[in-house]
Amino acid sequence: MYKILKKETLNKDVDLMVVHAPLVSKNALPGHFIILRVNDEGERIPLTIVDIEGENVSIIYQKLGYSTSLLGQLNEGDSIADFVGPLGKPAHIRDVKSVLGIAGGVGAAPLLPQLKEYKRRGVNVDLVIGARNKDYIILLDKYKKYCDNIYVATDDGSLGTKGFVTDVLVELYKEKKYDHTIAIGPLVMMKFVVILNKKYNIPTDVSLNPIMIDGTGMCGNCRVTIDGKTFFACIDGPDFPGEGVNFDELIARQDYYHEEEHVCNLRLVKK
Amino acid sequence: MKGPRVVMPVLDKVIRRSNFEEVACGYSLAEAQLEASRCLDCKNPRCVPACPVSIDIPKFIGELIEGDLDQAYYTIYDANILPSVCGRVCPQEKQCEQACIVGIKGEPVSIGALERFLGDYSLENNVLRETKIIENNIKVGIVGSGPAGLANAAEMRRMGYSVDIFEALHDFGGVLKYGIPDFRLPKDIVTTEIDRLKDMGVRFHKNVVIGKSITIDQMMNEEGYQALFLGSGAGLPSPLGVPGENLSGIYYANEFLTRVNLMKSHKFPESATPVRIGNKVAVVGGGNVAMDAARTAKRLGAKEVFVLYRRDMDALPARLEEIHHAIEEDIDFRLLLNPVEFIGENYRLKQVRCEIMVLGEKDKSGRRRPMPTNTFKTFDIDSCVISIGQRPNPILKESEADLDVDQWGRIVVENHQTSIPGVFAGGDVVSGAATVILAMGAGKDASIEMDKYIKSKQSE
Repeated sequence: MYKILKKETLNKDVDLMVVHAPLVSKNALPGHFIILRVNDEGERIPLTIVDIEGENVSIIYQKLGYSTSLLGQLNEGDSIADFVGPLGKPAHIRDVKSVLGIAGGVGAAPLLPQLKEYKRRGVNVDLVIGARNKDYIILLDKYKKYCDNIYVATDDGSLGTKGFVTDVLVELYKEKKYDHTIAIGPLVMMKFVVILNKKYNIPTDVSLNPIMIDGTGMCGNCRVTIDGKTFFACIDGPDFPGEGVNFDELIARQDYYHEEEHVCNLRLVKK
Repeated sequence: MKGPRVVMPVLDKVIRRSNFEEVACGYSLAEAQLEASRCLDCKNPRCVPACPVSIDIPKFIGELIEGDLDQAYYTIYDANILPSVCGRVCPQEKQCEQACIVGIKGEPVSIGALERFLGDYSLENNVLRETKIIENNIKVGIVGSGPAGLANAAEMRRMGYSVDIFEALHDFGGVLKYGIPDFRLPKDIVTTEIDRLKDMGVRFHKNVVIGKSITIDQMMNEEGYQALFLGSGAGLPSPLGVPGENLSGIYYANEFLTRVNLMKSHKFPESATPVRIGNKVAVVGGGNVAMDAARTAKRLGAKEVFVLYRRDMDALPARLEEIHHAIEEDIDFRLLLNPVEFIGENYRLKQVRCEIMVLGEKDKSGRRRPMPTNTFKTFDIDSCVISIGQRPNPILKESEADLDVDQWGRIVVENHQTSIPGVFAGGDVVSGAATVILAMGAGKDASIEMDKYIKSKQSE
């Protein structure tokens, strides 16, 4: 069992948890993820490692699905049944002078350790962060430590520019140039960021979070087509250059168990 | 000439299609003794060398006939720590039973069924082989808790070593837990057999991915392991490599079987992991895993399940018993068909297009090679399970550049020793996907080399 040492509410749907997991923290690097199972009947769900401190691992999750909602019912002092990692390949930290992070919703969580690492290497770091409204803009205080400029977009205009991150990008690219970008957020957001960046000839790394079971290359559920070739997000990723990713296929794969998720959520309400 | 085999009772072939109960019910004592009496007790038994772990088969059969069931069980257990498992999943017809003299003029002695009977007898009656362990306090580590790792652990522990097994998943047993379905191998049997190793003092650690959570180098140089055994199996699915393979609705057998066996998705929503299979299911491949997948799909409620195989019925590599059970359960075999394309709509699977094959000359495997005809046939399907083989997982190699592997990712060994001193390997990670008993044999044999290595190092 893996003890929850700290739980912090970031907004009504999103929590941060610090979990004691010495064998995960031992070799973890930015970009690695974990797989957890809340209890013995639970699903195995992947979450990116947000921070490592000694033997403790921080994760951030959005309580949208059944398993993340169940996780959200646990509190400090409780334990998680299974917690394994670090999985995947660490993020490919590029040798560049300037980088732009682009975060959508809870995608701000996996992006943070990457921007932190770029800053540590002396790279100029800017951030565009978007969400549906100001309550869903998370980790802003932490980002302020690692970013030179931060641009906010909300769907309803409650903070920053009214619109999507792509709207902010169009304006931003009129005056600034970046060597490299990293976009992490919903698949649809990443898809449109990549399309836009291609026009401006700016490379985009994306972090994919498809459905996984084992997370070690065994099941193949997390496969993704990139430039016509198949990759497993769990062992080849989760970070990939975004240009060749077949996002539409991935969105369909992500959506495959939509109805079953609904059945599970109904059970949660009954409980 | 000996009389016919005692037939093992099986569950009704219609009722069992909708449940996950074990199909083969096992012998009663009377049935087991009657079947045992068919053994000729040959002077030079051919069955023993045909067994990958050299069980003294005539000896345990004799003890069974005499009614000394405890001793008969010990005779097996000393050579094979998982008799209840192997009695169920070994391809006996290609091993001990193929060598059996009785089989020349009739049906061979049902050795596997007798092994199973004695294994189950010991589990049901809590008959334990007392093992006196003289501790030597030398640490050895085992990567993977599947058949190879379990067999290696038992042997190392018997020799007095302090044994740690590391498992990447949240439950122990490897393919016995995630791969083989309940209707062929009930999971509580695996758990009980593993508990016996725990009682022997083997320490089990779940949720540890060697190469990630801790590397081979860290285990040897920081954690004080004097030797390691890599038994991480062949877990990486082989792709068909045809267009449309990543459409939703196409599973690799590993995913499909893991969802059901390990994650219990047939109990959804009590168990939170779902599985979606639809009404029409194609299973690609002809091995045991393909049979398991087809029969599992049927039990999940699929109306029409068919196996697509590029050769003919005689060439199916699956165990005979599994093929018979699959036919009884209304699994359709559509032979001499090779999938060439999956066709979808909005990225959801709708059809599989197959090339019709004919058999040509014999190939290296001694089977007639399937040849393309440039004629095609298309089937409407809701889902497809691809089951054409597994390769070793690349994680160990990626984390340890010094570990030599061949072009298929299999660890290269000489007498079970890998390219890294003190690190040994065996089972599917060395051989590629094979059988439970071959993996156990490798784990057992490697223990002898590990013991030799540690002793020679200490005498330096």
